[in-house]
Amino acid sequence: MEVKLKVKRFDPEKSKDNIWYQDYNIDIHPSSTILDALINVREEVDGTLGLRCACRASICGSCGMKVNGQAKLVCKTRVEEIAPKGEILLIEPMGNHTIIRDLIVDISTFFAKIEQITPYLQPDSEPETGEFIVSNESMDKLLTEMNCIMCGLCVSDCTVLEVDKTFIGPAALAKASRFVYDPRDDQTNQRLNYLNDEQGGIWDCTRCMQCVEVCPKGVSPMDRIMDLRESAIEIGAKKTHGYHHTNSFEKSVTANGRLDETRLAIESAGIFNISRLIDLIPVGLKALIRGKLPPLFPHKAEDNKKIQELAKKIKEDK
Amino acid sequence: MYDHDLLIVGAGLAGLRCAVEAQRMGLKVAVITKVHPVRSHSNAAQGGINAPLTDRGDDWKGHALDTIKGSDYLADQDAVEIMSQEAGEAVLELERMGVIFSRGEDGKLGTRRFGGQKVARTFFVGAITGSALLHVLYEQSLKLGLQVYEEWFVTSLINEEGVIKGVVALDLKTGELEAITAKAVVIAAGGAGRVFEPSTNALICTGDGLSLAWNNGAGLMDMEMIQYHPTTLARTGILMSEAARGEGAYLFNSEGDRFMEKYAPDYMELASRDVVSRAEQTEINEGRGIDGNVLLDLRHLGKDFIESRLGYLQEVSVEFLGIDMAEKPVPIRPGMHYIMGGIKTDVNGETGVPGLYAAGECANVSVHGANRLGANSLLDTVVFGRRSATKASEYVKTVKDSRISTSEHVEKDLNRIKKILNNKGRFRTSEIRNTMATAMTEGIGVFRDQKSMEYAKKIVEESKIKFRDSLVVENKGKVYNTDLLFALELGYMIDCAESIVHGALTRKESRGAHFRTDIKDRNDKEWLKHTLIYRDRSGELKIETPDVTITQWKPVERVY
Repeated sequence: MEVKLKVKRFDPEKSKDNIWYQDYNIDIHPSSTILDALINVREEVDGTLGLRCACRASICGSCGMKVNGQAKLVCKTRVEEIAPKGEILLIEPMGNHTIIRDLIVDISTFFAKIEQITPYLQPDSEPETGEFIVSNESMDKLLTEMNCIMCGLCVSDCTVLEVDKTFIGPAALAKASRFVYDPRDDQTNQRLNYLNDEQGGIWDCTRCMQCVEVCPKGVSPMDRIMDLRESAIEIGAKKTHGYHHTNSFEKSVTANGRLDETRLAIESAGIFNISRLIDLIPVGLKALIRGKLPPLFPHKAEDNKKIQELAKKIKEDK
Repeated sequence: MYDHDLLIVGAGLAGLRCAVEAQRMGLKVAVITKVHPVRSHSNAAQGGINAPLTDRGDDWKGHALDTIKGSDYLADQDAVEIMSQEAGEAVLELERMGVIFSRGEDGKLGTRRFGGQKVARTFFVGAITGSALLHVLYEQSLKLGLQVYEEWFVTSLINEEGVIKGVVALDLKTGELEAITAKAVVIAAGGAGRVFEPSTNALICTGDGLSLAWNNGAGLMDMEMIQYHPTTLARTGILMSEAARGEGAYLFNSEGDRFMEKYAPDYMELASRDVVSRAEQTEINEGRGIDGNVLLDLRHLGKDFIESRLGYLQEVSVEFLGIDMAEKPVPIRPGMHYIMGGIKTDVNGETGVPGLYAAGECANVSVHGANRLGANSLLDTVVFGRRSATKASEYVKTVKDSRISTSEHVEKDLNRIKKILNNKGRFRTSEIRNTMATAMTEGIGVFRDQKSMEYAKKIVEESKIKFRDSLVVENKGKVYNTDLLFALELGYMIDCAESIVHGALTRKESRGAHFRTDIKDRNDKEWLKHTLIYRDRSGELKIETPDVTITQWKPVERVY
């Protein structure tokens, strides 16, 4: 079938007009992958097109890029899935990475974040002979995180990293959870306390689901981050706005069946945190002027009882 | 200028295991790799790693004998003994570093069965064992603060009067050529699968290390021994792990027969890889295939089992062919997968060239002989990766100063690259590569004969001339010029192809993966020997045939 590719190019060695979009029309087998198509371009049409790829089997993590605006491993994305009727495929480099050339991005920031979470097992002591004795279940659970191939797709499409470069990010946090839940590791609390930190830690995630959506390996980084939040709370690491926010949210919903936004804002900041509360005043005033200030004393929801039952059930099921 | 005690070329399992050991010994170590370490091809190993653990009632001699029988008695038995004896500790050490191996009820490491072995002694992580090991060794390298030249491509070894003193390499991100000196160099740069088309190997497996060593006086041994894996996915050629058969999958032909009954009644689907691949190819050639494939059937294992133990295979089957393995058999065929041959080393990674060591797929110790058992390649990388670090560190202590004048060496490669960039030829790298690699599969395939091998040789010779005289590289830039990179890799691939065709033409018998339809029998009387090829500066080949080392297992007929 005919495949139409529109590829974003970048040549750092040109002083001007160094970013452009280039069209390639090629003829390939319909069940080919987008990587097959790009290799075909590179081999037969334009040898200057730059991209990384190696295994062609979705295990090395080299070929992440954006296809029609969403990050994909192109070796496991078939042309007919995305463009069944021969629609134009827009190919661009991954987001949240600096571009080196064409579709090749600088992966050093990605790996710097991995290094940030002390990415190796830290047991207090090792068995003198043989292996650590732990249950198969405990190891099996870690398989999800071990599936991560560090392709960077989750980082590419992370909406927090777009605005906050300090965020440790989905891949590194998923990697962190792999050690937090490893029964052989003895730094669990230290790890959780570090990840719980206000700046860039687990509470920075806005739960936009992008990382879950784009992960080609089913790692579901966001779910791993939520696991870490719960574990942090369990060990008593509660001195974060994130914890207060969650807590206030839960209290307000179970009490009234509604979210009490005024209380949420104040409690998330911390009721003794004067400077943060002062910061909230202009926000409140703006909301007041626009008629969007939530009521100071919230009404109860009509089916409040049902909501309370639901909340109770959720807690019991945990 | 950069200077180290030990420089390791390649950051796969062999390279990283070697680096971790050398770093622990206090050497000033660096690794140089053309891809980020976790992109290395060790990733692709799926099924597991073999180890006879004595506390589980296994015995190293059992593993050694299976390995030797698997090798069709071409492996050097002293080397196999070392690998089998050190296997247990090597695997347990990986566990203690953090690998999340699958376990049994007792919380100890659990096993699965693999081909060519009667006992289950393969330790595994789902169907991502290679990836799990590689990521953990990478973690250890971070823990130890290992220096890595990441995305640097080695263009030559620095050779002063026959002594290796470092490398010249291209920093892909800047396009600058630099010298990196070292008291010793370990080549752990992986295999050369791209010399064949199709191949399960990644596009980066271009035989760089083999060529570098060969051009500096090391010998390439048993290069004719090319492993065709029995189960690669139809059309795409993607590897489907032997773990599928290890866990109980069947092979069927178009007539619904479990055809392995005819070829290996005792081991059935779990015979050695060369045996199963030949059986499949025979079925296909005799008209009992389906569009050039046979069927791999896992349905009886059940969906839950498939997804928990063989998740990656299911993922690949669904993604690439749209087949749910719990519902339908998958079409598969033999595909080029591994080179048993490689840089001749002793059991300590020594190549015979002062300052030059080798380990992993690019090396030939030889523990795999004429056919490697599944799950022995990962074992090979960690055992001999570690041993080469130990031996190289002894050598490093004898070298006083590694700092030398390097400008001449850099200049030489700079001129070579300039020449390639300025060449006004008409053949793209890909065109020469594809023609050669297709001919290699045709000529040095599952079955081969004098005529087919000579055909491959002719095409390799033509490729060599095209590469020298009529290559064109479109991209003249410096920053991440992959067009240039592929051209340089093609040079390495042509060297590998040359050694493979000469190895194949030299061996006048059938043994393991080298099956000649014109000489079908193994000939222990004349060919219990390796083929060992050297090439001198003028390009002249010298072929030797040293004896295989036999310790306690006399060659007998190989029946599965």
